[in-house]
Amino acid sequence: METTYHVLARFAQSAGLLYFVGIFLGVCAYAFWPKNRSRFEKAALQPLQED
Amino acid sequence: MAATGYPVRRLTAGELLGIGLSMIAAIGLLLIASLTDSGAYAFHAVVGILAALGTVLFIGNRSFDGRTLPVPQEIDGKPNYNMAPVKFATVAAMFWGIAGFTVGLIIALQLAFPALNFDLPWISFGRMRPLHTSAVIFAFGGNVLLGTSFYVVQRTSRARLAGDLSPWFVILGYNLFIVIAGTGYLLGITQGKEYAEPEWYADLWLTVVWVVYLLVFVATLAKRKEPHIYVANWFYLGFILTIAVLHLGNNLTIPASLLSPKSYIVWSGVQDAMFQWWYGHNAVGFFLTAGFLAIMYYFVPKRANRPIYSYRLSIIHFWALIFLYIWAGPHHLHYTALPDWAQTLGMTFSIMLWMPSWGGMINGIMTLSGAWDKLRTDPVLRMMVVSLAFYGMSTFEGPLMSIKAVNGLSHYTDWTVGHVHSGALGWVAYVSFGAIYCLVPWLWNRRELYSLKLVNWHFWISTLGIVLYISAMWVAGIMQGLMWRAYTSLGFLEYSFIETVAAMHPYYVIRALGGALFLVGALIMAFNLWMTVRTGAAEASEQDSALQPQLAAA
Repeated sequence: METTYHVLARFAQSAGLLYFVGIFLGVCAYAFWPKNRSRFEKAALQPLQED
Repeated sequence: MAATGYPVRRLTAGELLGIGLSMIAAIGLLLIASLTDSGAYAFHAVVGILAALGTVLFIGNRSFDGRTLPVPQEIDGKPNYNMAPVKFATVAAMFWGIAGFTVGLIIALQLAFPALNFDLPWISFGRMRPLHTSAVIFAFGGNVLLGTSFYVVQRTSRARLAGDLSPWFVILGYNLFIVIAGTGYLLGITQGKEYAEPEWYADLWLTVVWVVYLLVFVATLAKRKEPHIYVANWFYLGFILTIAVLHLGNNLTIPASLLSPKSYIVWSGVQDAMFQWWYGHNAVGFFLTAGFLAIMYYFVPKRANRPIYSYRLSIIHFWALIFLYIWAGPHHLHYTALPDWAQTLGMTFSIMLWMPSWGGMINGIMTLSGAWDKLRTDPVLRMMVVSLAFYGMSTFEGPLMSIKAVNGLSHYTDWTVGHVHSGALGWVAYVSFGAIYCLVPWLWNRRELYSLKLVNWHFWISTLGIVLYISAMWVAGIMQGLMWRAYTSLGFLEYSFIETVAAMHPYYVIRALGGALFLVGALIMAFNLWMTVRTGAAEASEQDSALQPQLAAA
């Protein structure tokens, strides 16, 4: 049982950490990418410009 | 409008299929009703037969109503929105809301005065409590989510809802599930799992309804005229998809027999417990949070007539919330047979959740930046902003309570009940009320609500009720936790259990009073909405009905 725990803990603390940090960085890059700026500004107005 | 000439048209293939399936279902259910030993199960089969026959009439009647099919997607270049199912869901939400709040008040009084159980099994606390939780979460909250999601996805996609019969199938099918679930609890049919009490046949039915819901939603998005999918739709999609996964995972049961309402779950022991709270916490995370955040991202900007504070923050908010919430469930199983590492993992993710939660709250509240005066003039907007304040408060309290040392004091006490209600009443119900107050004039084409003064009364009466409720439960819960762990100098427990129960009585009475005030507020709301539809002035179609301050005179 000890070993299962340690294997899981090591996996969570390495791969899990990289996985979450990687996704977070990816999302931040997408959100803050300069090219996307005007797209998001337009999208924010979407609910206010309905017919 | 009556069509000229012969009004009857041929049924479409979908309508024929609907009638055919309903008739087959009615025959199958008739067999079950006549063969089963369980009276309650037979009753549910009969409810199913009535629903199936009602479906045949509903579909058949459409061929006489003079409409031409297919329904045009656009009229005069404007999308021909399908709002009838949204109207039904809005009315159903108000109905179930008042029913659910009433049952909540009854069980609060039962806790304070146990004689109110009247020694009748059907209305005993044990059966009424799941009726209350399901009525407010799934019946009230669920109809709000179904209705607003169908509204928002159409408006932000500028496209008519996909499907002809299927949106109705989703709304009516979901409400049939509610009736089956609720009557089942009173008759003693339950899986005994929190928020997952309905038995296997109700679960299967909900699965079918939910898959159609997902398909209608995605197909509408696919028809969109806008290049970008607005963030509210992302939250709705996250909610729909995750609830499907959770529902399947936690309800993998094998029925004892087709003729029995009883089933057995495939998971056992601590795995079953883990599955239950993975499900249970994400019912909070994806049903009561992601879904209602979708409402926030559409209705707050719409009502304030300003874009969301930061669209980029909303993207980070969405992905962070989705990826963190799903891991937080083990905090419901601290100090149990669940392995320590899993408990610590659940606790860690719960604490991390604080960040996206507050990111979302800030995004919503700051949308009013530069227009704070609207809080004074528009009670509907105030209700939604206060809902965000409650959201921030309860998502601060939640991570705190997930810390093992705090949980050791708070778990199994009424502190948990107080926490849940600051989220459920303050956040979920208030943002729903705000959305319904916006929706009713829009859907029924009225200029404004019947009375903003009454909204004000609703707001203050309900807020007083919430404050009474949650402060009573905080005091009661912490006292309860401290009494349970108090030792004498000789190492004996200082209080017997019944002494802790007796000490709770005054707080239970205060809580019931808070619940009564909340119910009164909802009744005022129902009256206001009724009068809006009955007597409101029709709106000039040009103007969008976001609030104009000069209309504030009631």
